[in-house]
Amino acid sequence: MIGPDLPALIPFIYLAFAVLIPLAGLWKRELSYGLAVLGTGLASAFSLAGFINYLSGGETIRYLFGGWQPPIGIEFVYDGLAAFVILVINTVAFLVLIHSRHIATAEFPHKKIAYYSVTMLLMLGFNGMVLTGDLFNLYVFLEISSLSSYALIAIGEKRAAYSAFRYLIIGTVGGSLYLLGVGFLYTVTGTLNIIDMHEMLPQVLGNSAVITALVLMVIGIGIKAALFPLHGWLPDSYTFASSSSSALIAPIGTKVAAYVLLRVLLFLFGAEIINADLPITEIIGVLAGIGILFGSVMAIAQSELKKMLAYSSVSQIGYIIMGISLANPFGFIGAVLHILNHALMKACLFLVAGNLRLKEGHSNILEFDDSYRKKYPWTMAAFTTAALSMVGLPPLAGFFSKWYLALGTIDNSNWFLLAIILISSLLNAVYFFRIIEKIYLKNPAKENESTGTDIPRDEVKPSMLYPMAIMALALIAVGILNVYIVSAITTMFPAGF
Amino acid sequence: MEISYIPLFAVLVSLAAVPFILLSGKKPNLREFWTVLAGVVKFLLVLSLLPGALEGKVVELTLFEIAPNLPLKLSVDTFGVFFALIASGLWIFTSFYSIGYMRGHGEKKQTRYYASFAICLSSTIGIAFSGNLLTFLIFYEMLTIATYPLVIHNESKEAISAGRKYLAYTLTAGLLLIAALGVTYSITGTLDFKAGGIFGDVELTKTMAVTLFMLFLGGVGVKAGIMPLHSWLPSAMAAPTPVSALLHAVAVVKSGVFAIIRVVGFVFGPDVMANFGLNEILMVIAGITIIVASLLAFNQDNLKRRLAYSTVGHLSYIVLGAAMLTPLGLTGSIMHIATHATMKITLFFCAGAIYVNLHKQNISSLNGIAKVMPWTMAAFTIGSLGLAGVPPINGFVSKWYLASGALQGDMIVPVLILIISGFLNIGYFFPIIHRAYFKKGGEELSKYGEASPFMVVPLMGTAVLSVIFGMFPDLFFHFFDMATSIASSVFNPQ
Repeated sequence: MIGPDLPALIPFIYLAFAVLIPLAGLWKRELSYGLAVLGTGLASAFSLAGFINYLSGGETIRYLFGGWQPPIGIEFVYDGLAAFVILVINTVAFLVLIHSRHIATAEFPHKKIAYYSVTMLLMLGFNGMVLTGDLFNLYVFLEISSLSSYALIAIGEKRAAYSAFRYLIIGTVGGSLYLLGVGFLYTVTGTLNIIDMHEMLPQVLGNSAVITALVLMVIGIGIKAALFPLHGWLPDSYTFASSSSSALIAPIGTKVAAYVLLRVLLFLFGAEIINADLPITEIIGVLAGIGILFGSVMAIAQSELKKMLAYSSVSQIGYIIMGISLANPFGFIGAVLHILNHALMKACLFLVAGNLRLKEGHSNILEFDDSYRKKYPWTMAAFTTAALSMVGLPPLAGFFSKWYLALGTIDNSNWFLLAIILISSLLNAVYFFRIIEKIYLKNPAKENESTGTDIPRDEVKPSMLYPMAIMALALIAVGILNVYIVSAITTMFPAGF
Repeated sequence: MEISYIPLFAVLVSLAAVPFILLSGKKPNLREFWTVLAGVVKFLLVLSLLPGALEGKVVELTLFEIAPNLPLKLSVDTFGVFFALIASGLWIFTSFYSIGYMRGHGEKKQTRYYASFAICLSSTIGIAFSGNLLTFLIFYEMLTIATYPLVIHNESKEAISAGRKYLAYTLTAGLLLIAALGVTYSITGTLDFKAGGIFGDVELTKTMAVTLFMLFLGGVGVKAGIMPLHSWLPSAMAAPTPVSALLHAVAVVKSGVFAIIRVVGFVFGPDVMANFGLNEILMVIAGITIIVASLLAFNQDNLKRRLAYSTVGHLSYIVLGAAMLTPLGLTGSIMHIATHATMKITLFFCAGAIYVNLHKQNISSLNGIAKVMPWTMAAFTIGSLGLAGVPPINGFVSKWYLASGALQGDMIVPVLILIISGFLNIGYFFPIIHRAYFKKGGEELSKYGEASPFMVVPLMGTAVLSVIFGMFPDLFFHFFDMATSIASSVFNPQ
């Protein structure tokens, strides 16, 4: 049966579509949208098939390339965690690309072919990073995804080119540091295979090269994941990029980096020896904690919705990294669940921002008013659902990531991080209720201006409405049914939990 | 242990009415029909649980796990039925009253109002029937969110800032509660409510116990209006009066004190409370709140705000009773949930009727209104005398047991607090009654008459209930029997 092997094909699907889109685009430009949706759709279907296969008792699958046995050959390792993350990123990308049709026509009509072709490459990179079992191969995919995201971010407002260039510089430094770290580990262990290296690392502990490598890799990945204080590239990039690009990159880009961090800390090194030489998880936890507060406070200060969401991403990625740094089962559950929850929430919110930009021509919070409620009732309902989930109100999805993270901090008796989780929810409430107030209540300062009861409904087109609505509904479903997801996550624990 | 779907239906019936309310927004009569129908059905469903509760049976329904080992669980014990009965019964009164008030006042966005109200009631019954702390937390937060549209209903500057204040207080409280739940879960491995407490087999340190208790108190104390967490309540009076009447005198604030009793009697348990001196902390807070709130009430010229401060004080009667850790004290405390509900809702109904009818909200402008609104003022008098503890109105009964509870525990200070507070109650209510009956009103009063029957009938109804339950506390619903059996279940757990 071919079923279990489908996920290994995903990177090849993207590669094929990345080539196919420009070719078909030469004939008919409109085809690029359809092909991109088809590509992500196929990938989502394959990853769903793979995930179901995993749930029905499937073992970890190792795909060897060219028949070379690891550690000599490169392999893809499709375990539960990879299956889960692959499913999340492909499905979110699928929904976001469906949504992108009218935005692409409005924002970059002449760059459509390039845009859709590059998105395929981006997804190729992300999927490769998740699947690969080889540290150097991971670097290759990291660079593929990074180069694509520089290009995607550059497609946007005038200032996008500048922020993309800045991201390119910082991102390249991050990639290089990671590569340097991998090099150090290779000289010590003589292997690049993650599973193989995991077995060798305990024997070389205390070696200064290993410590250096760990620090270099964490900093390198930290840049990619926008871990505070390495987040500087993110806010501008997400703000000035096209709405479809930010909706695509924001929910999944930093997640994949966080996933790599998780692999390196808990799978490559492992919870027992990660802190043998250096209290690295403690340092990361504190940084994540500060990042959570910093991102939230900065988000409150923004008047541009997309920039607010960007800073909110800095804060939310902190949740995931904090969960990883706890290095205990509840922290792991919280982090992995939050990869899903935050992808859904942030994608939904960025799609709302995209809708507003298309309809109103701006997404400046200060100019929001209660006519939006009449004009875009469903967009606003989706926004409110996602916002309440971000605040962490039960029974929405966001509450449960917070719940497991809180249990994780309590298990470690880490009251500092517990306080941060709670305070940050409150800050989230501040910046989201500020908007909810504006779109649902009439402005008391404009008491005399009648906004009128006769504002006609002007909701966005179905291709933009449904992806957003599906994500909002998914937030409710994931919240209520999180036990099923969590029990799947508990089968993904790294050794030593 | 019996399994039944009735509790689930009782919770969901008003939630199910929400789509109907929203869809019939253009036809006010149909829309209000749904509200009333949901109210009656809800009350009957709760009522059908009463016989079982009186026999001490617990009806349980475990829906599904919402977190590993933590199911979404409804568990209907006597205390839950007691609270649900009050909330759902008074919702029917409030529904009729709302019709009179909202239409009489020409309020906008009434559809949103009725829909939010229905969600609030679902959450309240959910709180009453929660079988564990996580289920409780979910409904508790739902109540927070559903009340918000009601607080900001007028969308005036004042209302919006009251809404912000409300969210700031309640959301912070929710977070403290999450922390409390997390710590409790990691210590005990369970979040179930259990008469007598769940910390029985656990070694707690004093610091741990006090911290955890303070977390819980911060979590549920906001809605219970204990000082210094009370100040959202007077601000929330910016809401339409039926909201103040049912939510800010009964459902929301009583959820808070209900939760405090749950925490005292069903999470910590009397033994743990006494061992670590937690009851003393609670008692001091409650005592201060009672006195200070009563004094602050004098200062308010706005009638609803005066009632709000009075509510703050009376909520702490309930907290004080729980803190006594004596069976009689707890009985009085639980009784006061019911008695304060009928009396205070009467007073708010009256305040709203006066506002809609005469457009007056300040006490200083109420001269002579008893002549034009005799029924309303009669009800008001009954309510305020009851709150001061005058027999035969039901406030006397609960106060009597509170005082006996204090004596049962050889405590004299709570008794003094109750007596002083009784005088203060007379002090801040009497001037209102005096003005209404004995001062001469302006000429313009003569053109007004009594308020609409939609308002007068409910407020007379709740006033009459206050008197009836004062004379026969066990009539119909056996409130007194229930209160006694809850108290004995806490102090003599099986």
